[in-house]
Amino acid sequence: MEDLISILVTTIRVSTPLILACLAGLYSERAGIVDIGLEGKLLGSAFGAAVVAAVTGNVWLGLLAGIGVSLVFSGIHGLASINFRGNQIISGVALNFLASGLTVFLGAAWFGRGGNTPPLSGGARFYAIQLPFARELAGVPVIGPIYSGLISGHTILTYIAFLAVPLTAFVLWRTRFGLRLRAVGENPKALDTAGMSVSWLRYKALAITAVLVGMGGAYLSTAQAASFSREMSSGRGYIALAALIFAKWKPYPALGACLLFGFLEALQYRLQGVSLPVIGPVPTQAMQALPYVLTILLLAGFVGRAIAPKASGQPYVKER
Amino acid sequence: MSKTKTAGFAVVAGIALTTLMAGTALADPALVYDGGGKFDASFNESAYNGAEQFKADTGQDYQDLEISGDAQREQAIRQFAARGNNPIVLPGFSWETALRSVAADFPDTSFLIIDTVVDDLDNVRSVVFKEHEGSFLVGVLAAMATETGTIGFIPAFDFSLLQSFGCGYKQGARYIDPDVQIIETAIGTGFDAFNNPGGGTEVALSQIDRGADVIYHAAGGAGVGVLQAAADSGVLGIGVDSNQNHLHPGSVLTSMIKRVDVAVYNAFEDFANDTWTNDVQVLGLAEDGVGAAFDDNNASLITDEMRAAVDDATAKIISGEVVVHDYRTDESCPV
Repeated sequence: MEDLISILVTTIRVSTPLILACLAGLYSERAGIVDIGLEGKLLGSAFGAAVVAAVTGNVWLGLLAGIGVSLVFSGIHGLASINFRGNQIISGVALNFLASGLTVFLGAAWFGRGGNTPPLSGGARFYAIQLPFARELAGVPVIGPIYSGLISGHTILTYIAFLAVPLTAFVLWRTRFGLRLRAVGENPKALDTAGMSVSWLRYKALAITAVLVGMGGAYLSTAQAASFSREMSSGRGYIALAALIFAKWKPYPALGACLLFGFLEALQYRLQGVSLPVIGPVPTQAMQALPYVLTILLLAGFVGRAIAPKASGQPYVKER
Repeated sequence: MSKTKTAGFAVVAGIALTTLMAGTALADPALVYDGGGKFDASFNESAYNGAEQFKADTGQDYQDLEISGDAQREQAIRQFAARGNNPIVLPGFSWETALRSVAADFPDTSFLIIDTVVDDLDNVRSVVFKEHEGSFLVGVLAAMATETGTIGFIPAFDFSLLQSFGCGYKQGARYIDPDVQIIETAIGTGFDAFNNPGGGTEVALSQIDRGADVIYHAAGGAGVGVLQAAADSGVLGIGVDSNQNHLHPGSVLTSMIKRVDVAVYNAFEDFANDTWTNDVQVLGLAEDGVGAAFDDNNASLITDEMRAAVDDATAKIISGEVVVHDYRTDESCPV
């Protein structure tokens, strides 16, 4: 039981940036913009957040800076793919390269730590929050470990990530904005005919994407770790995209997919060197390959047919 | 020789790094940091400290450079060599390939490589450390400091140099307490694990959940995540390479220091005094090349008994009474 709780706690911690990035991708892809640049936005906002938090000593300013960086990236992506009707994949990949190079270059120039930022402490970091009554309930069987051990004791960004899931579902299926968002990704022409601006809607979607992924990036450098280090997003943006496809662009399945990927990562950290029944101790390398192997199996075998929003990846050309 | 040298100059002429090194005086020593960067609070910073110390003592200036990727390694060394910088100090085993391709083209330039042995070239000095001996000492301290009877070791990934840290640590811990439980968990699978402090944090937390209350890392930059997790969870971390006790005063039990600064200082000094040798130097406890760090930041954690045990183990290792097995000799660990 205790072991399970501890693996699940790790799962929640490592899933948080995936959930934020995955929901971020959901907004932009639902609006018809493929965002392969999630990885770069995660990295860029992790860097922005860590730098500002390190310099000002205030993690909230850091969070704003992280969101600011991803807003700028989203703006560039929007300009290239909405206004100039460029290829969205190329624009996204370019942003990934930009983030990868720029963070190391600026980090090395400003701090001389090979692209890393100074360690954050005090008010420059997000700390775990104890929920009300967590301490009192800790001794209660079943409820105690689950509430006090599993649900309580995460940073504010984790709670935001989990709350963003029902919120996204509500926005997507129950609001006028959500209907239009889905419509602009499926059939932008219909929306245009109804007198709405396709570009403006897509920009709004990209802005929401930026806010969510910016929080994910800030989580990496100011909550999970206490400094930025080069390439610290290490593919999480791509994993979030894979989770999005796996979840067929729906919020609750997206949460499930991200938790699954997080669980595999947690298992990998946890099971190294542990002797399993029947099999015995499994080599470290096999354990570390587990998440990737299962990713391929899941995506290849269990996802079924994933149908992307119809207008996804296509720039909208207004008829004249 | 002149032919190869001219070729070297020609190659160098087009390299974009030129502006970075404008104004280099001839024959200044050069120091090129490894991927972790100059102020990594660890290995590279130690090299920097050695160079700075030499500069303070003698007034001899030096040139240094941080690389931003593996692709720059060879051109960076070639550039310094072509400009006449001598000797050129390369801390880190990752320099080996680049060094091999450049050193042969500049036979009049002396090179120092730290952490790996390149003994088949005539102008290269290699300095390696007996990390297993220093790790033995911090293992002794870990086994005495643990209250749960479980201690942890976190290498960046499964690699023989890093295993030699772990193997020495285990021998030291078992020397004090044969029943101590040791958990070993790697952060990743390749060199990128050195730059993954988030992974370091997660691995450390999972070890803490499994009962470890003293955790030693051999993970370079990712180690700050390990020490952070230990400090946040109220257990003890052990630093590596340079003295990391100051990172979280009171939460870092000690640090296994490798005197990279001494190796750099000696190289600069030997070259200045014309006593440079192209040999392989192995620095262990007897040479003061490795050790456990004691300072104000960990004074409250170290009891007199622990200090005495370390002094005793040090004396026995130097005298040969205790032999610490080096994992690298046979790729296996006896404990």
